[in-house]
This record gives sequence, C-alpha cells and structure tokens, in this order.
Amino acid sequence: MATSLSRRDRLGTIGARSGFLRNNYKLIPGLYCVGSPGSESPVFVTANYKLSFDALRQELSGIEAWILVVDTRGINIWCAAGKGTFSTAEVAYQVKNAQLDKIVTHREVILPQLGAVGVAALDLKKSCGFRGIFGPVLARDIPKFLQNGKIADEAMRTVTFRLSERAVLVPVEICLLWKPLLIAVMTIFVLSGLGPEIYSFEDAWQRGLAAASTSVLAVIAGAIVTPLLLPWIPGRQFWLKGIQTGLIAGLVAYALFSSEVGRLAGFGLFLWAISTASYLAMNFTGSTPFTSLSGVGHEMRRGLPLQVGAAGLALLCWVAGPFF
Amino acid sequence: MKDFRYIDGAAILKLDRESCTGCGMCVTVCPHRIFALQDKKAEIRDPDGCMECGACAKNCPVQAIYVNPDDGCGCAALIIGRWLSRITGKTPTGCSC
Repeated sequence: MATSLSRRDRLGTIGARSGFLRNNYKLIPGLYCVGSPGSESPVFVTANYKLSFDALRQELSGIEAWILVVDTRGINIWCAAGKGTFSTAEVAYQVKNAQLDKIVTHREVILPQLGAVGVAALDLKKSCGFRGIFGPVLARDIPKFLQNGKIADEAMRTVTFRLSERAVLVPVEICLLWKPLLIAVMTIFVLSGLGPEIYSFEDAWQRGLAAASTSVLAVIAGAIVTPLLLPWIPGRQFWLKGIQTGLIAGLVAYALFSSEVGRLAGFGLFLWAISTASYLAMNFTGSTPFTSLSGVGHEMRRGLPLQVGAAGLALLCWVAGPFF
Repeated sequence: MKDFRYIDGAAILKLDRESCTGCGMCVTVCPHRIFALQDKKAEIRDPDGCMECGACAKNCPVQAIYVNPDDGCGCAALIIGRWLSRITGKTPTGCSC
C-alpha cells in the first residue's frame, strides 16, 4: 500500500466527511502492508473504515509494517469498539484468518488505544496467541511511539478536541440534517399561508421565506458556530450553549423580519431560532470525545422539554401572527 | 480532558480497590487519563473527567471497574429514539452515527 493519498483517496475523504459516502466507505478486511515488511515487522490493527485506514497508512511512510484490517462494517475504531464490532473476537478471528503466526515470528499486535473500548488486550493472547499492546490514540504519533520503544507518553494517550478536529465534524452534522430540515421548512411554508383571508399563497411564499431563513440562521448557530466555538461558549451543558448562540440567531431573525411579519410572528421566529439551535447544539454531544452518556441523558431531561415547549409556542405565535 | 469539562457528578464509574491487582491497564487505556496507580492499586483521580467509554472496564482482568453499560454514541437523536422505544415497546431505530 502507498503511504500517501491519491486524488481518488482525497475525493473519497471529502465524500465521507460530507456524509454522502460515509456509511459505505470501507475496504476488504485482511492483511495489508506498507513498504516491504518481513517476519520481524510490527503489525498494526485498524478498522475497515477507509478514513481510519488512510489515517494509519499515511503515517507509516518509511516504516515497514503489516496492517491487519478487521471488519467493523466501515465504522471507525472508537465507535466500532463501542458498538462491539471492533472486538477481541474479531481481532482474533482476523489474526487467524490471515495466518499471522506464519507471517511474523513475534507474537504481538499493536492496537489503536481507542480500540480498548472493545478489545481486552489481555484476553487477546488467550484467543489467538498474539498479545495486544496499545499504541497511541492518533496514528500521527506512531513513528514517535516506535522510536520510544513502543511506549506512548501521556500526550499520545490523551484524546484531544482541537478546533480542526471539531471543524471536520461540521459537514456531516449539516448533511444529516437535510431531511428533517426539508420537512420542517415545507411544513412552515404551508402553515405560513394561513391568515385572515383563510389562505394566501402570496403569504405562504413571503412569510415562508422569512421562516426558512430563520431556520438556516438557527442551523448556523447550533450546528456550526456552537461546535466551532465550543470551549469559549459559557456553560457545560450543550443545550445551554445552544441557547446562547440561538439567542443571537433569534435576535438577527427578529431584526430582519419582524417589520415584515409583525411582532408576534417575529417573536415566534425568535423562539424557533433558539429552540432549534439549542437542540442542534445538544445533538452535537454525540460527536464529541468527552461527553458521557449519563451526562447527555441528564441535560436532555432538562433541555428537551424546554426546546419542545419553545418550538410549540413559536408555532403558535407564527400561526396567530397574521390575525393580530 | 483538561480544556473540556462536562457535567460534574454525572458519569457512572466505580472502582473496587479491594479486588484491583494493580496491573495498570486502566491507566494505559483511559483516553482522559483519569486513573493513576497508588500503592500498587488503581485510583480514580478525576471522576468528572470520565466519558463512560468503558475501555478501563473492558480491559480490567478482574472486573474491578464498573462503567455505565449503556452503549451508544450519545447523540440526542439516539437517546430520544431510546426513550420513545421504552414507551412504545418497539426496538429503537438507531441514529445514523
């Protein structure tokens, strides 16, 4: 395997990151190699999600190594380990399937640290004869890890969530929103026509446009600004962070459209922006590497009723607006 | 994680120091570095830093660690699906993550 990415690989990365290819971006499990490894060369284990595989091989230039790709159904290591596909049994199965014991003389495989959620390194030896040692969190640190005599320091063992790491998650968040957003906007357009003249298509279009623009503002606030500015927005609970960015989106929407749609409907737009942004910010907990499931449950029991309530009230204001 | 803190007191993580053998696997695998060895036994240094990934419990050879066993990525869509399924009795439809 090459240790650099071709144009096709890069296009694929864009496809996967934007969500179009994301659920089917995989390669065939089995043994691969970079350079010309021999019987003493290290064996790295990874998932069959192509982005995981690419991340690994790119860092192995100048290193002769084996790469054992296990079947995680095209899911990254951490998520696959959490869901049970990157498991002790699966790694053991692929070790045996590749007849690794005939290819290398040592009895050791290097596992990605985040795979520890699914693979018990101590049990691996019992099931396939190969002991598992945990490499660094990021493939980027592998050369240093090898130089250190296969010891990862504290920094290599710590997961990070830098601005660039958050930014790559934004496109998928947005792309997964297309469907619910389209349904919401269509509904809003239809509702926007209701008024004293029973139904006005002119109003449906004009007011619908204002509501759709507000929705876009809310998406920007909740799914783009909140993830990017995450550490700087006050508060720990994500729905509260979303309320703050949503507040700004709501004020902008009110300033832009209240003269056109009236104060009551303008207030509806304001509430709609806040509740939507708050929900989207809360949904981003699923993409971070530091939010516990218990914590997310905790904040959802507080945030969700308020979001649903505010959205309901927003709808009421919006529909009632033209009658006042 | 030093630069990101989540809700204090929320994560469910228990360590039974009695049965701990001090092998240090939990110290190795934790991506938030919340364990340390003290007197040849593991110790939780930063319980609020836990994100319940479960790597420590999975790799503990004597099952001395308990972590909230609910799996899932923890996005709102998944949790709502799970709550709804509890009411309707249907199997939860997964989110797309």
